[in-house]
Amino acid sequence: MTESVAIAERLSASSKQCLGVRGLSKFFGDFAANRDVTLSIDAGEIHALLGENGAGKSTLVKMIYGILKPDAGSMELLASSYSPNNPSDAKSAGVGMVFQHFAVFDALTVLENIALGLEGRFPDEALAAEILEVCERYRLHVELDRRIHDLGAGERQRVEIIRVLMQDPRLLILDEPTSVLTPQETEQLFTTLDRLSDEGRSIIYISHKLDEVRALCDRATLMRAGQVVDVVDPRQESTRSLGEKMIGERLNETKRTQVTEAHSQKARFTVRVGDVYPESTRNVVLTDVYLSVAPGSILGISGVSGNGQDTLFDALTGELTLPNPDSMVLDGEPLAHLDVEQRRLRGLLGAPENRLGHAAIPDLTLWENVILTARHTRGILKNNHLISGTSAKEFAEEVIATFDVRTPSVNAKASSLSGGNLQKFLIGRELLGNPKVFIVSNPTWGVDAKAQLFIHQMLLKLADQGASIILISQDIDELLSVTDRICAICHGRLSRTFSTEEMTPEHLGALMLGQEIDS
Amino acid sequence: MDYGLLSSIIHSILVASTPLVFAGLGALIQERAGVLNLGIEGLMIVGALAGFATAVAGFPLLVSILMASLAGAMLASIFALLVLRLYANPVATGLALTLFGLGLAALAGSQYVGQAAPQVAAWEIPFLSQIPVVGRALFSHDPLVYLSIFTAFVIWWFLTKSRTGLILRAVGENHTSAHALGFSVRGVRFLAIICGGALAGIGGSYLTLVQTPLFVEGMTAGRGWIALALVVFASWRPFRVIAGAYLFGSVSIIQLHGQALGVSVASQWLSMLPYVVTIGALVVIASRAGTSQAAPGSLGKIFKESR
Repeated sequence: MTESVAIAERLSASSKQCLGVRGLSKFFGDFAANRDVTLSIDAGEIHALLGENGAGKSTLVKMIYGILKPDAGSMELLASSYSPNNPSDAKSAGVGMVFQHFAVFDALTVLENIALGLEGRFPDEALAAEILEVCERYRLHVELDRRIHDLGAGERQRVEIIRVLMQDPRLLILDEPTSVLTPQETEQLFTTLDRLSDEGRSIIYISHKLDEVRALCDRATLMRAGQVVDVVDPRQESTRSLGEKMIGERLNETKRTQVTEAHSQKARFTVRVGDVYPESTRNVVLTDVYLSVAPGSILGISGVSGNGQDTLFDALTGELTLPNPDSMVLDGEPLAHLDVEQRRLRGLLGAPENRLGHAAIPDLTLWENVILTARHTRGILKNNHLISGTSAKEFAEEVIATFDVRTPSVNAKASSLSGGNLQKFLIGRELLGNPKVFIVSNPTWGVDAKAQLFIHQMLLKLADQGASIILISQDIDELLSVTDRICAICHGRLSRTFSTEEMTPEHLGALMLGQEIDS
Repeated sequence: MDYGLLSSIIHSILVASTPLVFAGLGALIQERAGVLNLGIEGLMIVGALAGFATAVAGFPLLVSILMASLAGAMLASIFALLVLRLYANPVATGLALTLFGLGLAALAGSQYVGQAAPQVAAWEIPFLSQIPVVGRALFSHDPLVYLSIFTAFVIWWFLTKSRTGLILRAVGENHTSAHALGFSVRGVRFLAIICGGALAGIGGSYLTLVQTPLFVEGMTAGRGWIALALVVFASWRPFRVIAGAYLFGSVSIIQLHGQALGVSVASQWLSMLPYVVTIGALVVIASRAGTSQAAPGSLGKIFKESR
């Protein structure tokens, strides 16, 4: 600890305020992404930036990091004027950023990735030694000669954090750092962040997860529609009051109200597979996949990303067909050998994790994207050959109206919608097809709190109507609040299934790491 | 076996392969930076003409090579402007570059058809070329052969051992991240395109300066395309490009000798052989050598920075 005291003394030689932002505005055309934003961050402070998707948090930090140029306003860093023209300026001024979508290079090694982030450094032994020293000080473990594509999300993030720490930053910006971490990894990250703040470094922490903000942050700036609406002490607020301030409306809590008699009911959809081999060797091989869902029941599958969820999703929806038809049975009918189309016609629908590129084609309009999966509904496809644009548009209109999708029209491109709105549209597209079994993967990843709530309600309503749902997710809170039963996937192996009522976050975390628990 | 024959076969193999080495390396350096340039064929023939014209005018070999590389670089800079500044589709632009280069060389080169350039003398490397048997076969070629191998070394060293090379790979791997880290994606790509154009130009000039000291319309005869394919099958590695080019050259020469000796196989099959063998061999190498065989992550993608 003496070391960190020494660092703290060195850093506190400068003023108490680390970053001051005054009247910052940024316009994209007529749209004000940031309007007159004022922000003050003290040395050693962990400061949360809260807001829905599109509230302007990313725009703000991009300006602080020099990726975007503000149209008006000024910034001050360590008591001197600060206007970075590019990220290099920001870095040399002492600002570091850990990106939400990690800015790492898959084909390069950890060492090369770190070297790239440092001005004029080359991946040699000297650098490796320095990195290991920093790793030791902050208790971050990485193997320097591994390639990024072999690493999990938590390790990738560690690479980014180390890269930033190597620059000895005064101000660290973290954009949604925990969205892909297990509870254990999150805790490790918090320990690291606490240590950094003890040293006098300031941290801007962007997150949707209000619990985390309350546990970690000293102050929180709330943003809505590009403007700062409030600055609060998150420790004095409840998760609910924070959420309401952020959204500007009262929230209804989602909770599985009736744990239906699902348990007693006969399973409708059962999966019994020994091994599933994915199409690409990069994906995880599944072993011992046994699961079943009853009508009206929601089964949650938790797990750290990269543990076989992709393969599982593909196998369940039919993107990956299995040789033995009987290994998957829906209402008494074997369908493991059937492809996506055939399974869809039998009422098994899915919504994949990757919204742009997998679930929807970014450059196509909403009504065109409807045709991708819903073509067998409402006469969109005439005589199995011709597309009826009118029917597709009507269908898209219906999805937009029913599920409160905010978009100018059905002619908007899929890529122009915010994550939450697009997800509502994509799930709505499937739900209007009245699925018997609905398989959905990480439906609320990168989606703001309000849309998240809405999507959860969509799923619950669907279950109440008697559908069976399989929810593959990395969000533990989501799994615990929405599902009836829960299991975990680790290295392609599915754990036993537990009733959600008797599950705690700690137990689930252990399951996600492949440890069996007794209960 | 007659050693004179052996050494002349090796010589003709090197002569057949060297243009592909240069052009392949030129494509490689661009593709590692994430630029897909289908205009290699056009760059080659423009280089071929520029080198030839300079040699015919009586300038020494070095000047001819310089002019060829300059011509390649200049034509490539048009590609760079279109793709990097005006965000033109790189595939279409590359194809246009090939057509443009072929047409331009045919037009400007019509006056040179039928003329002959002075013969390029071989470099007898002292001592080494005196080694019995292999000496003359390996160490007595024109300077460009050595330059091509040296270039491969330089590119290998640059990509794996220098920081700039690391940045170039990073830009090719993920341009969004590279931009986020503060690297000039456009700058790196511009330089890669210019260097690649210069190398392709030198590759083309080898045809007119050494291989056949003549200029004929369309004389690159698809070598630019073969070079592009070689780079892919060589998993974007310089030494594998050399290996692929030499294999291709060897099989082409051997099948020619085979045809001359009257092997009783249809000549079409023999002509097909270099392509089949090269692709087969490089596919086997690529499928065996473990991970990181994949194409650079942002190869051929358009980069636009938001400001």
